[in-house]
Amino acid sequence: MDRINPERTPIIKVENLVKKFGSFVADDNLTFNVYPGEIFGFLGANGAGKTTAIRMICGLLEPTSGRLEVAGYDGYHEREKIKRNIGYMSQKFSLYEDLTIYENIRLFAGIYGISRKVRLEKTDEMLKKLQLEESRNKLVGGLPLGWKQKLAFSLAIFHHPKVVFLDEPSGGVDPLTRRTFWDLINEAAHQGITIFVTTHYMDEAEYCDRVAIMSEGKIVALDTPAALKAKYQADSMDGVFLKIARNKE
Amino acid sequence: MIRIGNLEKSYGEQKALKGITLDVENGEIFGLIGPDGAGKTTLMRILVTLLLPDKGFATINGLDVVADFRKIRTMVGYMPGRFSLYQDLTVAENLQFFATVFGGTVEANYHLIKDIYGQIEPFRNRLAGKLSGGMKQKLALSCSLIHAPKVLILDEPTTGVDAVSRKEFWEMLNNLRHKGITILVSTPYMDEANLCDRVALLQNGSILSIDTPAKINASFKRKMLGVKVVNTSQRYGCVNLLKEMKGVDSVFSFGDVIHVTFHHADIDEIIVREYLFGKGQQDVLVEEISAGIEDVFMELMQKN
Repeated sequence: MDRINPERTPIIKVENLVKKFGSFVADDNLTFNVYPGEIFGFLGANGAGKTTAIRMICGLLEPTSGRLEVAGYDGYHEREKIKRNIGYMSQKFSLYEDLTIYENIRLFAGIYGISRKVRLEKTDEMLKKLQLEESRNKLVGGLPLGWKQKLAFSLAIFHHPKVVFLDEPSGGVDPLTRRTFWDLINEAAHQGITIFVTTHYMDEAEYCDRVAIMSEGKIVALDTPAALKAKYQADSMDGVFLKIARNKE
Repeated sequence: MIRIGNLEKSYGEQKALKGITLDVENGEIFGLIGPDGAGKTTLMRILVTLLLPDKGFATINGLDVVADFRKIRTMVGYMPGRFSLYQDLTVAENLQFFATVFGGTVEANYHLIKDIYGQIEPFRNRLAGKLSGGMKQKLALSCSLIHAPKVLILDEPTTGVDAVSRKEFWEMLNNLRHKGITILVSTPYMDEANLCDRVALLQNGSILSIDTPAKINASFKRKMLGVKVVNTSQRYGCVNLLKEMKGVDSVFSFGDVIHVTFHHADIDEIIVREYLFGKGQQDVLVEEISAGIEDVFMELMQKN
């Protein structure tokens, strides 16, 4: 199955997108498409403009100019609809630590307007898959970090969004957990959920179908990991990343 | 330079350190490698005299971290995981503050921080809170060095930092080591283990292994094959096929290579290639590879 088919309608359409804060240009003329079911990696140095771009695409921030369409909704006038059709998970905040696992599920399901019947069905299914059935009434705060992350990801896709945004989702976990976490991501992608992910782990960039690299507010490279490695004559994405940063200087 | 014996620390019921024993030699870069919750920060806080151990001992340059805490504070530079400088002071004021707290001057030890501080000196009148992530990191390192410590203790200095800045940071550490400073540094990035002279792999308050990175890699005795899928959109399918293969022990993705180990030593490249071929995966490269730190870490994790 080829997940990157340019004939398909993009799920995220970005054209000449600009965001300025006063005279500071955080995002300068971004143009790219993301296709349904794709794992799209969004990389860049700290301060390159990634977070601002993600905030616009998630409907949290109004662009200064340019075109933006997410899941068929306009990035200026339909930002509430965009929010309903996406999922979001970040390393910093995803779950309420002082609520139980089940209370967190109820809260998320409630926010996204999922009916009681569907919620109950999906809750059992999800807890079984994560092997957390016994722990459903435990406080999230007491769970190991790896479990929290898997739970947070499962909740971010609980309402089966068209796109899920993962902002450095795997920071700080052990290598085993990091890999089982990517198994979940791959599975979701195969169910047709588009994955938009940022990471500082360059081996994880290899797991993406395509990768965009940002530098100083601009997209400086966008292609499959294999094509980027060939173009920059590097044997890993780490090498690509370093070469792009050096060229800039 | 640092000696730690049977060190234990609990927070209530939670055992953070379960008997840690390790030595750090004079002038080496020693890495504490492990995920969140391994006990890295607790160990470092005990060494910098901010926490008391429950059991065991720790000394730095022969001085006890409990009895001689005042002397130790003058000998050790500490950079905590969270940015802890004064955000409402300027860059220059922060540096001045840390120099005078230890009874020194910025000028006296400027040679130690010249390479690092030089990069942020153009912003010397900016408030520390207004600096970018990379600049904050350089200022924090400068402040932890300005009293010319013998030992530098750095708690996850590269977490959340992009690949390029991480590389630069390790170059700075190397330069400091050549100036004779002993460095104890923690990181959750396994690949950074290779930049240390020696490392301790930590998990749940216990040490899994202590050695040079090369010897730790060599401690992986089993045969491992690397499978590369040419058409990357088929990689996920290939991982699942390998997991179903008879005799397979573990299957893990490492970037664009899938690492596979087996219950039987007689499974080789040819058998794996033929198996995948039979399942419709024609475009794969299979070859024997040697293990890295992450392979060893995962193997040791599963054993414990």
